[in-house]
Amino acid sequence: MKFPLRNSAFFMAACCLFAFAPVAASAGDTIKIGVAGAHSGQLASYGLPTLKAAQIIAEKVNAEGGINGKKIEILSEDDLCKPEIAVNSAKKLISDGVDVVIGHTCSGPTAAVMPLYKEKSILVISPSATTPGLTKDGQYPNFFRTVAPDDAQAQVDVDFILDTLKAKKIALLDDKGDYGKSFISFAKEQFEKDGRATIVLEEGITQGAVDYSAIVQKIKRSKADVVLYGGYHPEASKIVTTMRKKRMKTYFVSDDGIRVKTFIDVAKKYAEGVYASSSKDTTSNPLAIQAIEEHKKKFGSEPGEFYLNAYTAMIVLVNAVDKADSTELSAVAKALRSETVATPMGNVSFDEVGDATGIGYAVSKVVDGEFVEQK
Amino acid sequence: MDFDYQYFIELFASGLTKGSIYALIALGYTMVYGIVGLINFAHGEIYMIGAFVFFLASSLLTVLGLPLWAMICIATAASIFWAGGYGYTVEKIAYKPLRSAPRLSPLISAIGMSVFLQNYVMLGQTEKYLGFPEVIPEFDFLEPFATTFSSSDFVIWMTTVIVMLILTWIIKFTRTGKAMRATAQDRTMAELVGINVNRIISATFIIGSALAAVGGILISSHTGSIHYYIGFIAGIKAFTAAVLGGIGSIPGAVLGGLVLGMAESFATGYFSSAYEDVFAFSLLVLILIFRPAGLLGHAETEKV
Repeated sequence: MKFPLRNSAFFMAACCLFAFAPVAASAGDTIKIGVAGAHSGQLASYGLPTLKAAQIIAEKVNAEGGINGKKIEILSEDDLCKPEIAVNSAKKLISDGVDVVIGHTCSGPTAAVMPLYKEKSILVISPSATTPGLTKDGQYPNFFRTVAPDDAQAQVDVDFILDTLKAKKIALLDDKGDYGKSFISFAKEQFEKDGRATIVLEEGITQGAVDYSAIVQKIKRSKADVVLYGGYHPEASKIVTTMRKKRMKTYFVSDDGIRVKTFIDVAKKYAEGVYASSSKDTTSNPLAIQAIEEHKKKFGSEPGEFYLNAYTAMIVLVNAVDKADSTELSAVAKALRSETVATPMGNVSFDEVGDATGIGYAVSKVVDGEFVEQK
Repeated sequence: MDFDYQYFIELFASGLTKGSIYALIALGYTMVYGIVGLINFAHGEIYMIGAFVFFLASSLLTVLGLPLWAMICIATAASIFWAGGYGYTVEKIAYKPLRSAPRLSPLISAIGMSVFLQNYVMLGQTEKYLGFPEVIPEFDFLEPFATTFSSSDFVIWMTTVIVMLILTWIIKFTRTGKAMRATAQDRTMAELVGINVNRIISATFIIGSALAAVGGILISSHTGSIHYYIGFIAGIKAFTAAVLGGIGSIPGAVLGGLVLGMAESFATGYFSSAYEDVFAFSLLVLILIFRPAGLLGHAETEKV
């Protein structure tokens, strides 16, 4: 490329300016929190609430004088939930001298960028990346999350079936959809690992069929104690109704796809005694109510998806940085693991691999036409 | 292992229920095809509308505090009447103007009608699943068989048989039925001997829609829920049943429905429900290879 002399001198000056700018800023006393995720595009509704939560907390902390005298600076990067773009976002954040990262929104991009952050020893807390491997593979000691991994729900149901219902024979049923199938495959893995119960039947049903009595007869013949169903309420209500009409007392346990009022409205009296797992109910938590109020005040609207997860991520992060009095990875990670913090999602701490304890699922039972959380 | 007769009978009962349901809807497809040579893809939607009208009527009547049997009778009559009205109107709007058009045009307008009706119910009523009232009580005399089949299974079978008998009587022994058969054989000739073909076609649509409405009520009560989309899947299966039995043939539709229902039920029971549809449609392919016109269909000889 050829530049006229004057312009090229100006260009060089501009380069220098940009090159020195971050250095100059990081010399100042701010803690740079990168917020990376989908801020535009199709999945923006999953990523933007995280940015808003980060802004709310940063504003609050800064108004109170910052963390140990250091103000929080938010660096936002849009990755559109695309791995290839996320890599650029991560490189940009790293070159801007980011201290910690809240993000990324989606699991795929998070997996793509973790090696980059790991290399620079930058702590990452994701409010929404749910792929189990991110924590459980143990590859990334710098990764934490304030959302339950995909297999946590299956784990809660499996534990409930084995410990509370003490079932020995399990029938696994799914609706052949993405959601139901992956839920059932996690559950199957956990049943096999545990070994206390045997799987006597494994079937996939056709969504929207007019009648499920053949499959119900098959369940009856298998003499299963429990049916674990992965899928949504329209099929679940038909199956439960058919089972109860055939006088079967087999337990019916399912995922949060059926934990909706419609399920009870449709299955009516046959819904009684059905178990369904779902995210722990935090609507009565005063901190959650406060967090939602703050959002309404600042943005004039109800918060979106993963807002409370992101809000929680920011709270635990601020607390850990405050306790560690640094943003250095090992110190902050240690504080994250040792501290238990009151958050909108309950009292949260982190386990060895970086999953939040206290955030997760609980099993509810239908009693008198309402879902009641089981302790 | 000994052959488990109990299990076989249970699967048979389940197949019979599914088959009866398919048969009730398939009758409407086959009648319309027999007379105007058109696949009425909006038929599944008429079935869904029948169920919705029953739902609305019965909710209204419950508010008025009528006894159960009166409510069922009035709501069923309303549903049949309403569905018949929709069938009549659909024919007048979407098919009649295209009667002399190439065969593909009414097919497209039928698909259009189907999409229209689905969205019309979704927007006009609700996109949610609604709980359907359980209109079939548990009969005491069926209690010993409760583990094998329920009262609603029993009512579905009986209704299908009764509806079949009435339909056969209409077609075989009434003037309208005679005129229908004449129109099916040769529309121009029927017109020449003084049959009001338009009226006969309308009657066909109304009867077919009424059957679909009855099917819609029975199935929704059996499964306990309705939704604007239920007509699509039921319609596809019933259409398959009609083709299987030989489209245009009325006993064929019933036989096709039963064969399809049985195939699905036994495939689920003895193999895997994951392959239910695979078995059902493999059977369809096999039957059509050996009998291209369907089980009871007549191979059409090309007129020269």
